[in-house]
Parts: sequence; structure tokens; C-alpha cells
Amino acid sequence: MSRKKNDEIIHDHNNDGIDRRGFLKCMAWVGTGTLCVIQGGVLKSYALGRLPGMTAKEAMGELSFVQISDSHMGFNKPANPDVAATLKIAMDKINALPTVPEFMLHTGDISHLSKPEEFDTVDQILKAAKPKDVFFVPGEHDVLNDDGKQYLERYGKGSKGSGWCSFDKKGVHFIGLVNVLNLKAGGLGTLGHDQLEWLEDDVKHLKSSTPIVVFAHIPLWSVYPEWGWGTEDSAQALTYLKKFGSVTVLNGHIHQTLQKVEGKVTFHTAASTAFPQPQPGKADSPGPMKVPAEQLKRVLGITDVNYVQGQQALAVVDSSLA
Amino acid sequence: MRRSVSVAGLAAVLMLGIVGLSVGQKSSVAPAENKASLLEVKIDNFSFGPASLTVAVGTTVTWTNRDDIPHTVVSTDEVKTFKSKVLDTDEKFSFTFNKAGTYPYFCSIHPKMTGKVIVQ
Repeated sequence: MSRKKNDEIIHDHNNDGIDRRGFLKCMAWVGTGTLCVIQGGVLKSYALGRLPGMTAKEAMGELSFVQISDSHMGFNKPANPDVAATLKIAMDKINALPTVPEFMLHTGDISHLSKPEEFDTVDQILKAAKPKDVFFVPGEHDVLNDDGKQYLERYGKGSKGSGWCSFDKKGVHFIGLVNVLNLKAGGLGTLGHDQLEWLEDDVKHLKSSTPIVVFAHIPLWSVYPEWGWGTEDSAQALTYLKKFGSVTVLNGHIHQTLQKVEGKVTFHTAASTAFPQPQPGKADSPGPMKVPAEQLKRVLGITDVNYVQGQQALAVVDSSLA
Repeated sequence: MRRSVSVAGLAAVLMLGIVGLSVGQKSSVAPAENKASLLEVKIDNFSFGPASLTVAVGTTVTWTNRDDIPHTVVSTDEVKTFKSKVLDTDEKFSFTFNKAGTYPYFCSIHPKMTGKVIVQ
């Protein structure tokens, strides 16, 4: 799909320069690799890979990073017998972006069985990507057998508790949360008291104009509780972020892209680089979904995120591996 | 008097029998000749089947993962009466229930998956 189109602001109910209807319409295109950029109050959309006459700065704003998720290194069943190969394709895709992203976020399920060699393989493959900095949060597959001890040793430098952390990049505040430990029977993802206390304190003194990006493995909104696709105490976390004008929540876990805009919070889940999973309720269980081999790369993907200073909402663009 | 002695004697034999069964058994599969006290739970499609299993004291229950995703079998009580390592496809976990009671458990990776073993 290749379209160059300008959407004017018609409905600006929140007085924040974002035409929700236009934004949501734009969001519906993202699955085909469309770039939506909010500049000067106007939402513009361009097909990714066809950015005629646009400077890199115009296209990518002031901060650009990429999210990958659910690499499940070690998985080798029919849904994808070679997850290393598709992760490598994801790295190629990242390297082909018009502007090199400043860093990568991996939203968990790095490994499939928490095996050291699985983590090693992912680390090796990620080295091929141009962005050299990678920030991680664990998935439930990364903390098996040892309550996350190995994960912390490998990826937990500078983090607190079970691996939560925050850092700043070009005025954007990033918060990595861990919601895959101490899971209770019959329950959903959980952040826990200590992490929530830390979060409240972490954002307390930030100006409300600071753009916030939260990343965690299990969705922080109720995608489909029946399949465990939600976090029990995320509502509490979101109350600490209420004052901010722009909050972007990036999650993984469900192996498909879904978006939801709620007031000033944009929730987004990423595709996996390993295998897809069914849409909520569309199958008996949320297991790996087999698709014809030639279609596999179309249902796997990466997410490119761009921030233009002065514009509150971040532009979140998904593109598939093929 | 005689009846109570014989009952006591029977109870003693039974006790020894149960002790004998539990001694030397950790969480390994019970010997094949004990088929009557071997029961299976299949893990598939993110569920335990059967979700509720009633067994006699001394039964060994074996969980087999037939799903294409790993799962665990972890009892939900505080002492964690049983806790399997991660089971990949076709891997098994066994536990012998020597005490009567109800043992709810779940998959610690996918906590929505729950089951229970009732030991009578």
C-alpha cells in the first residue's frame, strides 16, 4: 500500500493538537507499514519505504527507536522451525530503516526455555543490528526455573528488584516494568507492591509535559483476560502516569499488533519475531498459530517508534518481515 | 477384645504397607506393576485434562505435556507440595500423593491454567 495523504485536524476535543479520528484511521494502516508523523499539529501519513522528498529528520523526528519482541529462541515447532532466521531478518529490516534507530527495546520472551545457549544466540544475533544499545524486560519464558536470577545476571544491570528500570533519552522518560514473576494461579500478569511504589516515586518529580514510554512484556491493558492477556494491577500503575500529556505503552506477549488509544495513553502490542498467535478468542487457546510457510514473514514484525520534540504523541509504526 | 486386636493388627499392616510405598520414592514414575495406582493428566491446548482428578492415597499421577508450548505443574499451597521443572513437549512430571486432601495446582508460566487432584 503506498499513499501520500494529509489529514487536517477537524476534531481536536482534547486540545492537544491530535485529531483522534484521523489518528485512529492512521493507526488502522500501520499493519501495512505506514508511517504516521504528527508535525505542527497535522497528522501526516506515508508508506514506509516510500518517503519521497522527506528528509530523514522530518520523517524520524528527534528520537527514533525500535521495539522487537518474543524472539523465543529455542522454539522449533512447525509454527516456525527456525526462529533464529526470522530474528536475523528482523535485524536486516531494522538496518534498512531510513534512519538508524538510536536503540532497541526487547519486550521479553527473549528465550523459549530460559536456557543459557538460547540467550547467547539472541545476544549474538542482536549484534548484527546497527543500534548497539538494547534495553530488555523479561517475558515469562525468560524466568523459568530460577525466578529470574539468570535473566537479572544477563540483562539486569542498573535495574531494581526483578529487573525494573527507567532512563531518559532526548527528554523522553522510559520505564521498563516486570510483570511476569510471582504469578498467582488463575491470575494475570502482576507488577507487585514494591515495583508500584518504585514507579510512583520514579515519576513523581517529572514535569507533566515529559513524554513517557512504558515497556513491559504482558499487556498493561485488558486485551483478553481469559487467556491471561492483561495485568492485574496495571490500573494502579496508570494512575501514577495520569498527569502526563503523552504516555505510550509498548508490550509484547500476544504475538500480534493491537492498538488502543485511551485519552493521553496509547497502548500498543508488538508482533513476535518468532511465531504468531491467534486473535483474542479466535482459537481454543493462545498457542503458536501455524500459517502457510510463505505467509510466515508477513505475520512477524518489528515496531519503529519516532518522537518529534514538541509533538506529544509518539509515532508508532509496525512493519512485517516481508 | 479379639476383634479390636485384629483390627489393630490390620491397621498396622496397612500402615506398614503405606510407609513401605512412600519410602524410597521421590518424584519418579511408579513401577509398571503398580498400574492401578498410576494415573495420567494430559497437558494440551493450555489446559490440564482432566482438570479435576480424584485418586486414592498412594497413587502416582503423571503429567505429560502434549502442547507445543512449555508448561509447569506447581501446587498452589504455601509449602509447594509439588513443583515440576519446565516441561517441554512430551516431557513428563510425576508425583505420588501419600496424604489425603485436595491439591490445587497451576502452570506457573500460564497461570490461567489450573487443575486439582483430590486424594481420598
